[in-house]
Amino acid sequence: MKPDPGLVLRRTVVNRIAIGLFLGATLLAVAVLVLILGKLVFAGVSAFSIAIFTQGTPAPGGTGGLLNAIIGSAAMTLVAILLATPIAVLAGTYLAEYGRRSQLGNVVRFLNDTLLSAPSIIIGLFVYGVMVVPAGHFSGWAGAAALALIALPVIVRTTEDMLRLIPDSLREAAVALGCPYWRMIVSIAWRAARSGILTGILLAVARISGETAPLLFTALNNQFISVDMNAPTASLPVVIFQFAMSPYRDWQNLAWAGALLITFSVLLLNIVARTIVSRGSR
Amino acid sequence: MKKDQLPPVKVRIEGLSFYYDGVVKALKDIDLDILDRRVTTLIGPSGCGKSTLLRVLNRIYDLYPNQKAEGKVLIDGQNILEGAGNISTLRAKVGMVFQRPTPFPLSIYENIAFPLRLYARLSRNEIDEMVETALQKAALWNEVKDKLHKSGLGLSGGQQQRLCIARAIAIRPEILLLDEPASALDPISTAQIDELVRELRNDFCVVMVTHNLQQAARIGDYTGLMYLGELIEFSETDAIFTNPKHKRTQDYITGRFG
Repeated sequence: MKPDPGLVLRRTVVNRIAIGLFLGATLLAVAVLVLILGKLVFAGVSAFSIAIFTQGTPAPGGTGGLLNAIIGSAAMTLVAILLATPIAVLAGTYLAEYGRRSQLGNVVRFLNDTLLSAPSIIIGLFVYGVMVVPAGHFSGWAGAAALALIALPVIVRTTEDMLRLIPDSLREAAVALGCPYWRMIVSIAWRAARSGILTGILLAVARISGETAPLLFTALNNQFISVDMNAPTASLPVVIFQFAMSPYRDWQNLAWAGALLITFSVLLLNIVARTIVSRGSR
Repeated sequence: MKKDQLPPVKVRIEGLSFYYDGVVKALKDIDLDILDRRVTTLIGPSGCGKSTLLRVLNRIYDLYPNQKAEGKVLIDGQNILEGAGNISTLRAKVGMVFQRPTPFPLSIYENIAFPLRLYARLSRNEIDEMVETALQKAALWNEVKDKLHKSGLGLSGGQQQRLCIARAIAIRPEILLLDEPASALDPISTAQIDELVRELRNDFCVVMVTHNLQQAARIGDYTGLMYLGELIEFSETDAIFTNPKHKRTQDYITGRFG
């Protein structure tokens, strides 16, 4: 059959228009990102100095850096991940290996998804209620607990997803050798899903290292360099929030530097995570 | 071969039925004797229950709570469907190789050492020796002896499948279940597996499911044809292929259905 030239022309034109629209939408989205990153790099780099890593936050008009916030963020993120990872990996393993079709599994999975999408300020308020109010003061521990609650569902979810990617034939092969199910999980399934689970943990780190709202209610802030997690603790996001809202020029500049620091740390973590994934799949 | 020279019955199946979700009857009242040190092949169209039958013999279906077997499966006279025996003991006795190669994400060496360590406390030397023996029996040793500590996932499909056979025979089972072991492999690898199965027959009771009729004819001592959950005909392989008693068998082996 000979194609109708009019129809062919019409399709070609529609195709061009569709491609144009898709391309336009993509460029728009990327342009916004480029604008944000461009402004961030431009303003952040000019505020960057070695003092960022050697001095604490200054009083208005003084000179200083972000060391207290960097230490606080690192400590709270580390504690949060150490708290969340074992629980989350075990829970995700339960969901993938034992709770696939069970009622309990479905309920836990639903609750976990709810927690995953819960606004982080609610989690901050919750920890404020159960830790800050009884203790009578803000603390780094409370901040870490709030961050752990945010990291938890992320890691549960990725662990379950990654374990589910393993074909059942691999499980059957181990079990057919007489291997107990738990041992199959520990020796075979975790190993097969290792890079995926690790990536989930890194993505959770990236996620919580930029959280502000839950820390406002829990760790608050601390203008001194401190490693006491029992006291109010500074963090990069909260310092950025406070300094960016301030009327002082030098504080605003430090906020830009902090924003640049977080962004590139998260970018670095994502790159590391991706590298691990691509290595794992080879 | 005269009747009195036949090896003993290793597996006796009596009135075996199998259910998925309590309603779908995948096996209907199967009776079958499987002889030791022979290759028994099961053929039949997809969904006829041949893999299901195989999966009863090591109770791998236990993994799935919606699957249930009824009847008797006597291995050396002991009914494995009754809960008394230890499931690990059963699986040490009944090895299995699957359709797709399933190397563990471990080194070639560890793939074989893993099941060994499940059953005995062994010294490094003992394990080394058993790994080598298993790989030699699976006709893989010469290809991998210089890269034992490389990942098993880096081998070709045919090598991976022979690694899985080595892993299964390393713990010295008495029965070896092969579920279409060559269906995912190229012709050369298939020929290697066939040859290997003929060798294994000297040491094991081999039960093999296959889609490939030539393969069944080539390496089976006994062959059963299954259809819709029933064992239609079972006899010596030559008899099945040259002189089938049942019309369905005749139709299947001549390619008229299936």
